[in-house]
Amino acid sequence: MSETLFVQLLDLACGALLLTAVLVLWRRELAVIIRVFALQGVALAALVAVLAAREGSGELWAVAAGVLALRAGMLPYLLRRALASAGETQRETRPVVNVASSLLAAAVLTLLAYAASRPLVELAPSPVTAAIPVGVTVVLIGFFVLVTRRRALSQLVGFLLMDNGITAIGFLTTSGVGLIVELGVSLDVLLAVLVLQILTTRMRETFGDTDLDELRELHD
Amino acid sequence: MTTLFLLAPLAVPALGALIYAVLGWRPATAWVSAASAALMLASAITVAVSVVGSGPHTAVGGLLRVDAVSAFMLIVIGAVALLATTATPAYLTAEIAAGRATARTARWHSVLVQLFLAAMALAVLAANLGVVWVAIEATTIVTAFLVGQRRTRAAVEAAWKYVVICSAGIALALLGAILLNYASQQAPGTGGLDLAALAANAHHLDPAVTRIAVALLILGFGTKAGLAPLHAWLPDAHSQAPAPVSALMSGVLLSVAFYAILRVKVIADAALGPEFARTVLIVMAIASLLLAATLLVAQRDYKRMLAYSSIEHLGLVALGAAIGSPLALAAILLHILGHGLAKAVLFLGAGRILQATGTSRIDKVRGLAAGHPVLAGSVGLGVLALLGLPPFSLFASELGIARAGFAAGLGWVTTTAMVLAVVLVLVIAAALVGHTSRMLLGTPPEPTEGPGAAIAPRRLPASTALALGAGLAVCAVLGITAGPLSSLLHAAADTLLGPQ
Repeated sequence: MSETLFVQLLDLACGALLLTAVLVLWRRELAVIIRVFALQGVALAALVAVLAAREGSGELWAVAAGVLALRAGMLPYLLRRALASAGETQRETRPVVNVASSLLAAAVLTLLAYAASRPLVELAPSPVTAAIPVGVTVVLIGFFVLVTRRRALSQLVGFLLMDNGITAIGFLTTSGVGLIVELGVSLDVLLAVLVLQILTTRMRETFGDTDLDELRELHD
Repeated sequence: MTTLFLLAPLAVPALGALIYAVLGWRPATAWVSAASAALMLASAITVAVSVVGSGPHTAVGGLLRVDAVSAFMLIVIGAVALLATTATPAYLTAEIAAGRATARTARWHSVLVQLFLAAMALAVLAANLGVVWVAIEATTIVTAFLVGQRRTRAAVEAAWKYVVICSAGIALALLGAILLNYASQQAPGTGGLDLAALAANAHHLDPAVTRIAVALLILGFGTKAGLAPLHAWLPDAHSQAPAPVSALMSGVLLSVAFYAILRVKVIADAALGPEFARTVLIVMAIASLLLAATLLVAQRDYKRMLAYSSIEHLGLVALGAAIGSPLALAAILLHILGHGLAKAVLFLGAGRILQATGTSRIDKVRGLAAGHPVLAGSVGLGVLALLGLPPFSLFASELGIARAGFAAGLGWVTTTAMVLAVVLVLVIAAALVGHTSRMLLGTPPEPTEGPGAAIAPRRLPASTALALGAGLAVCAVLGITAGPLSSLLHAAADTLLGPQ
């Protein structure tokens, strides 16, 4: 693969990663948010695939396939299953911060990410590391979704956005943190989502809703 | 031979989980968990003896590594687990008798507790920071259903907050680990996340990237250790989990997460100088102490009271780690053990009080000493141990931390922090004494008061009494003499000082 094509494909994948993160902030229907999240999984897998093609590494191709199966297949499936059992409440009704302000916040977070990740890019400047700020932005947007959304399911998506961003940074800085750790991390994320999915069901059984405003039994 | 004893703390609880999954919870298997904890403790002691004698030991192709610090943490896990699992059968029997649990709940409880122990053992034995992360996140996953075991509104809420806050917080630590891996790949020497190699080559790491990585790692693992600002899950989870699980979470899980911070600090000190990690830890420590003091004074729930006291003690441990002298490091390790034992006794006692009175509100429990003398006595002594009164070991360790802090001469910031910490600890002590004395002393309420209040029989089960008594006794003995532990403590403090 030529250098120009590699950089273009890499930037395309990173652009898709960022765009899907912003789309999650923009849309309110939970079904759409899950679809956008699946698209982000595809973008992340594409990012790994581009790196694999460049390095000609079979191991990295296998990791790309794993990322695709987990983040564009398994996790969206679990989210959809949680949504299907939710019945009629399929919209993020009243996010703490409205959509327009959320998008503005995303712009600010992007600037923040670029400022904060300068030392990371400067350590080993290359087209690959130049994309690190995109990963950091996705992490920050994920954190923002996590703290400003009130539906259990959208909080879950926020957590997964953070995780996608962190995984992207992992591949952009070095090609991953070693196979055992990579597998462990993926397994942990999958199990965490399973646990949260079951808890969502239990929450509906006990509260009749998944509006997190209902969670106010415990306080000081 | 050491390898065998090193694998035992992982294999024994995994086997225990399998036994419970297959056979379920029945009279024949009720004591399997206690036996598994006893085996863990025995192999931890064997490993510790071997490490003090012949230095660190690696196994399984370099994936597992035990040095004095890991061996000490294994002993803490084994000791607290033994107390908690000894009290578990009586606790579960009483829950089943009260209709709040079934044999099925008890089976899953036992399976998950065994997996929880295995995950904590893996966290302290892993040679690779990435594996440490995986193991600590695994503890969140296996304990989530234990926190939500009672399936009430409050329990489900606590479980949700627990998983979301801990997973998000520890995701920051993963980001930190990835950045540290990046810095280590760009530096000369062996790249990767092997803890020993990282500590040895730390001076080659890029300071700017390492600084970001260390801040994220301390914040992330600090979430799991219950340090402010991401402590919010702790009082909810600790107050809702079944008593033996609260004992394990407060007694060891917090300090296992703090163990990860100690490992990161060795690398940070070598790469950035001691100032950076010290500043971050002092800020988090003082914030945690302030938070615990403010919320303890007007606390109305005794299980939450114990939870905030855990935030206080982890804050003290963070303060000791920030000071970082050999005396301070040995003191915080002893503090981790003493706090684990005392807090396990108190949470087991609190669980029993809840079963006996049916309420977790401080003002509803009165005159416990009259009706339940052994229970009240243990809880009273446990609170005294927690306050750091002699002869209990928390006296020795708190004194050690304070002496190290004032002796270190680290400038006015540290001295101010130390003075502030002493004041806050006194406020917290006053609050704890006030709340507990109201629960233990005075005249008991009329038996007719409250709907069906007394659930459990008055007599304290022998196994619970044994766990409470043994915990207090060991804590007291350790306060008088650290005995054979002292060489292990010194070796561990040396390891945590890093390459000088």
